[in-house]
Amino acid sequence: MEDTIPGVVIVGAGHGGTQAAASLRENGYTKPVTLVSADEDFPYHKPPLSKSFMKTPDAALQSLRGPRFFEENSIETMLGTSVTAIDCAGRQVTLSNGETLDYEALVLATGTVARRLSIPGADLAGVHHLRTAHDARALRDDIVVARRAVIVGGGFIGLEAAAMLAARGLEVTVVEVADRLMGRAASPQVAAAIGAGLESQGVKVLTGTGVQALVGQDGRVSSVRLSDGQSLDCDLVLAGIGATPDISLAEAAGLTLDNGIRVDTKLATSDPAIFAIGDCCNFPDFASGRRLRLESVQNATDQARAVASTLCGSGVCYGAVPWFWSDIGATKLQIAGLAEGSDTTLPITDPATGALRAVYHLKDGIIQAVETLNSAGEHMLARKILSTGRTPDPALIAAGDIKGMKAFVMG
Amino acid sequence: MITLTFIEPSGASRYIQAAIGESIMHAATAAGVAGIAAECGGACMCATCHCLVVEAPDAGLPEMSETERDVLEFTSDEMQETSRLTCQIPVADTMDGTVFKVVGR
Repeated sequence: MEDTIPGVVIVGAGHGGTQAAASLRENGYTKPVTLVSADEDFPYHKPPLSKSFMKTPDAALQSLRGPRFFEENSIETMLGTSVTAIDCAGRQVTLSNGETLDYEALVLATGTVARRLSIPGADLAGVHHLRTAHDARALRDDIVVARRAVIVGGGFIGLEAAAMLAARGLEVTVVEVADRLMGRAASPQVAAAIGAGLESQGVKVLTGTGVQALVGQDGRVSSVRLSDGQSLDCDLVLAGIGATPDISLAEAAGLTLDNGIRVDTKLATSDPAIFAIGDCCNFPDFASGRRLRLESVQNATDQARAVASTLCGSGVCYGAVPWFWSDIGATKLQIAGLAEGSDTTLPITDPATGALRAVYHLKDGIIQAVETLNSAGEHMLARKILSTGRTPDPALIAAGDIKGMKAFVMG
Repeated sequence: MITLTFIEPSGASRYIQAAIGESIMHAATAAGVAGIAAECGGACMCATCHCLVVEAPDAGLPEMSETERDVLEFTSDEMQETSRLTCQIPVADTMDGTVFKVVGR
């Protein structure tokens, strides 16, 4: 298929790619918009894959937008199709079905690829990764027959899955090589609270322990050999050991890379007609002055809106407040901002329950990030504080006075 | 199934069918209602499913939870008396004929 007028071609139909297509139309873009997705499933929400999608064997994927939305907005979706090459000079991409598409702008929203286990036994049946709907279906089918699970990696995906599997009645052990859970994602205080919550659910947590090999019986995983010599019997292994940006296409096209696809403040790559958004891109962060690559729904969708504005001629430099969430069993962890570089940590305990409710991270007296546990209003307040730059008096923060802080920020 | 009406940002009205038990946001996004991004997927986090209730049967909608109120209070578009996060409302028989105006973002 070759459109007579080149429009925007978007590679990847995750949260970022799909939002970019929607935002282009919302901003009045009238030329063709084509969403090319290697994934065969209709564009779907990823976070529920480790949670609601696992609850029943026939739970449906949650579509990002219904089919009618794409039809009415003239967004052509090419599912199960990959872009195999970019001709930067000719502004044309080649697809896996042999067709070519001309573009006036190309948006790379290729996301990340799950890091695979690279130890003996990693290819045994019963060993899973969780990134796509395809992965999630394989895991879901296997849960039905499994009784004992080992989760390799104590990050968001591993811990969400641990809580879900424990709730399904499996015996679950989490093995984390670092000396604590969520080393890259959360503060020690929050990690400890989440770990305690999982343990009260019956999940065993082993930190400071590596996995040496997976041992199989009749082709299926039967135990995990740990670095301390221990062996854990199991019939299911889920590896949640991080993800790497999917840069293959950008690399082949000769775009500048730098822990992801390097972009400028307008999210343009080293080729001014090619943009990159979401998990795969490394962008200059206005607030911190650092380069960042973030893996989150918020980052993907906010960058999608920004790139759509740019392509419609009203672009501003990207500078949204980052936020993240993770539902780990009954615990809703929400993070606003980035804690890195802060010099003061203020943990806040809920006066009624005595449980950790929030951790505030400050630098030179200014709030940099706030982690909250089951405190949605406080999370929203934190986002407001970060976007307005109005840090309340430390005494208000330390007292855990949400109402007082709210009055200050909104007033 | 019940029928709901959404007034989209363009001013157009869209009538959709919603199944009992699914969230109103879910029914709206599946039907392609414009302006509802629902980017957090219904986790009560992003407020991009924010709608105003224009018309509803008496006691047709459930009371809002503290979390829904908290999130609404901090949305970029000011909360109004009739504001709701549609991801927090499971569709019920009592809601047939309800009219929402999309705020979204």
